[in-house]
Amino acid sequence: MGVGLEHFLVVAAILFTLGIFGIFLNRKNVIIILMSIELMLLAVNINLVAFATHLNDLVGQVFALFVLTVAAAEAAIGLAILVVYFRNRGSIQVDDVNLMKG
Amino acid sequence: MIIETIAFYLFAFITIASAVMVISSKNPVHSVLFLILAFFNSAGLFILMGAEFLAMILIVVYVGAVAVLFLFVVMMLDVNFAELRAGFLQYLPIGGLIGLILLIELIFILSAWVLAPEAETVARAPVPGGDISNTDALGRLIYTDYAYLFQAAGLILLVAMIGAIVLTLRERVGVRKQKIADQIARKREEAVAVRKVGTGEGI
Repeated sequence: MGVGLEHFLVVAAILFTLGIFGIFLNRKNVIIILMSIELMLLAVNINLVAFATHLNDLVGQVFALFVLTVAAAEAAIGLAILVVYFRNRGSIQVDDVNLMKG
Repeated sequence: MIIETIAFYLFAFITIASAVMVISSKNPVHSVLFLILAFFNSAGLFILMGAEFLAMILIVVYVGAVAVLFLFVVMMLDVNFAELRAGFLQYLPIGGLIGLILLIELIFILSAWVLAPEAETVARAPVPGGDISNTDALGRLIYTDYAYLFQAAGLILLVAMIGAIVLTLRERVGVRKQKIADQIARKREEAVAVRKVGTGEGI
């Protein structure tokens, strides 16, 4: 019983679902929402690398590298916005984010 | 082969279990620590797939930078996290429903999915054989075919860094700071005055 492509795809699918579930579950906590997004991006990376291995093609790993870069940038900017928001409002409640009445 | 299988199930199980703990943990600090555990174990999965360089990058970038950044922010903000968890159970049914639907859809895709017959032959950059390591092969690809994309990735990181600094920089009033520009802009005429001092008088 070897480990094939499907095994990794199932792990990635479960991880992605957990990310979505986490966003719904922690609707008020921006920090956990950001962490859930990181989990989803990790699932995407596992998918890309699994297919890269299965198809014997390195491009998938290059894409995974770029996804990693964007994820790091997104986390940095997201947390910076969070810090500024907390400094201005004194809370990080998602429900409070209606200043612009959008 | 058996060791590979055992390692896969170990890594996969710990990854998924810690992902569950990330989204369900009461204390956000614990969430961040479980996130780190999830990243470590997915690095193990990457190594099983033969992507050693990405595994190391995952540990360096995610555990070393992103997760520590999360930890830093969680500990820096003085937030009442118990208040944030109010309504946790309220969203459980709808979130569980949507997650379940998504998971079922993904499993449908996985069970009915077929690889195109020509997919094996159209590899853009086949993994080189011989004793070329994964890092070596990736480097040869990134610095040649994907050089522009690599530069763009660096630019994204630069913009993110500048953006984070601009967002969080603040001028605090009432703090005495050295104003180097003022010091440099000082002229001789403003600082030195020549006086004629009479004998025995003083200034």
